[in-house]
Amino acid sequence: MSRFGISWQAGLALVLCAMAAVALPLAADAAFSAGTTVLIFALIVLCALASMTVASTAFAAAILFVGAHGAAWLLVSGIAGHEGSARASFFLLVAAAWLLAWRCVTELVTIRPKNRTADTMLRLIVPTIFGVWLLLLWEALVRGFGIPFVLLPPPSTIAVRIANSLPVLAADVNQTIFKAVLVGYVLGCGTGFAAAIAADRFIFLRRGLLPVGNMAAALPIIGVAPIMVMWFGFDWQSKAAVVVIMTFFPMLVNTVVGLTASGHMERDLMRTYASGYWQTLFKLRLPAAMPFIFNALKINSTLALIGAIVAEFFGTPVVGMGFRISTEVGRMNIDMVWAEIAVAAVAGSVFYGAVALVERAVTFWHPSIRGG
Amino acid sequence: MDRLRDKIIPVTTLLALLVVAWYAFAVVLNGPFQRDLDRRAGETPSYTEFLVKTWSQPKPTLPAPHQVAQNFFKTTFQVKPWSARSLVYHSWVTLSATMVGFLFGTVLGIVIAVGIVHFVALDRSLMPWIITSQTIPILALAPMVIVVFAAIGITGLFPKALISTYLSFFPVAVGMVKGLRSPEVMHLDLMHTYNASAAQTFWKLRVPASIPYLFASMKVAVAASLVGAIVAELPTGAIAGIGAKLLSGSYYSQTIEIWAALVAGSLVAVLLVALVGVAGRITERAMGGREA
Repeated sequence: MSRFGISWQAGLALVLCAMAAVALPLAADAAFSAGTTVLIFALIVLCALASMTVASTAFAAAILFVGAHGAAWLLVSGIAGHEGSARASFFLLVAAAWLLAWRCVTELVTIRPKNRTADTMLRLIVPTIFGVWLLLLWEALVRGFGIPFVLLPPPSTIAVRIANSLPVLAADVNQTIFKAVLVGYVLGCGTGFAAAIAADRFIFLRRGLLPVGNMAAALPIIGVAPIMVMWFGFDWQSKAAVVVIMTFFPMLVNTVVGLTASGHMERDLMRTYASGYWQTLFKLRLPAAMPFIFNALKINSTLALIGAIVAEFFGTPVVGMGFRISTEVGRMNIDMVWAEIAVAAVAGSVFYGAVALVERAVTFWHPSIRGG
Repeated sequence: MDRLRDKIIPVTTLLALLVVAWYAFAVVLNGPFQRDLDRRAGETPSYTEFLVKTWSQPKPTLPAPHQVAQNFFKTTFQVKPWSARSLVYHSWVTLSATMVGFLFGTVLGIVIAVGIVHFVALDRSLMPWIITSQTIPILALAPMVIVVFAAIGITGLFPKALISTYLSFFPVAVGMVKGLRSPEVMHLDLMHTYNASAAQTFWKLRVPASIPYLFASMKVAVAASLVGAIVAELPTGAIAGIGAKLLSGSYYSQTIEIWAALVAGSLVAVLLVALVGVAGRITERAMGGREA
């Protein structure tokens, strides 16, 4: 297989490098020493050229990976402390490095590894590169253009802020997630499930509840937050109540639909075994409904967090993620807000991931998991 | 007749039960305060008088349905639609942000989906993030977006629409990726035998196949977009919009106003979803689809 030839990303990166060389220096003040500048140029140019001449795809990708991220790292760390002094050539080089990373990803996705671990690794690396570049571009643009940190802090400042305010963040997570979200989630999903069983037992109830439940999915239920705060007070109970209401309907609708998922044949078989309603329910219909139930649990994991955080905008004791976000916004401590959002994002993903893991364990028989 | 038996009667029965329960709860929740009032006034009202009183407090814990209905009717039909007291005005403010955000979000979602279907690199690097982004409470960003834009002098519709945009583009992007990939191998092979170019395959096979998915995800997106607009009105002490109405109601404990605003928001939501549904059905019929 011949892979010699000019890839447009690498070619364009070289052109951008040439333009950057014309528009030197990189920054208005002495942000970059001559040595660093030469090093950055050398990294980009050499890696772009090497990537077009190396025979193996994996090797080319590795070269591009080193070149793109090395250059980007030098650029970003060089501009730190000299915010707003960047000139056109700085941004041209950032763009060139980004193109190399793009080329790297394009090379990576053409690799078809034989063994499974390598394949999983590859599937993880590609999105990670994308995420890292999102942060790198954010950092480079904010620092390069000298955007005031009050408006948009760069990721590095946010990371420092997270590291410096761990106790506050921990207290907020404890208040919002371990009290409001978890309690509300368990209660909301539990009652939704119970209502679904009742709706399954009595067909009249099902016919009445299902349209209402379907409609509720479209309603801005989050609006009940101020009412709940009035009823249950400022502490976590009111937030849990909002979460209960928000998670109830998805659970109800999905469980009712899931309970009809088992086939006629299977139900007939249960009947020939002379099994009663509850036996059929526990041994056949509930297991068959599990994919639907877990779908609701996953949807609810996100809804619960949103509900609890937004409800805190309406009044809380002086702790909680929503409280912190709304007050720190008011004090223009935007980096603290971003720190809180980052924590919320991690918490949301972990919550979702935990539910997904339990799902894998419970519905191991389902084609979508077995066939993976 | 089947429709009456299977749908209308159960739903109305359930809703009627809900209203009865609502009145009962209103008595339970408003009762203590009413008893307190009566005791201070030295009155001993009869049981029916007491009931009626709990349903007509000016700032009840739980307003009775007819109080909400009255307030809703008054603020919708009996004041000028452009005055700040009118729910029509507030709904319109929220609706306009929702619509702008929804349109941008839909377009953005479609563009991203087309990119993902056509570039493997984009698929591998972007798709995991789109899925991850569903798991994070993005709405938490709303206050900051509003405040930051206000700090650089942009207020009003645009920041709200931005939040709506980015709540609504995820469902559309995910749905459209699914839709554009929904043609079976057989159909793709057929296009291949016709010597169809990639563009022809896209326009004549992939796009028509994706339309049902598009409308299904647009229904989700429009609801998300409305929630985004409402939440975006909360943090800044906004003066207009359903969210602002909720917030001012919660500050001054005007519970009836909160409930009326909720009703308005729900009506807007139902209207929007219904509109998308109708648009979907019209498109489907125009494309020669038959009801299954």
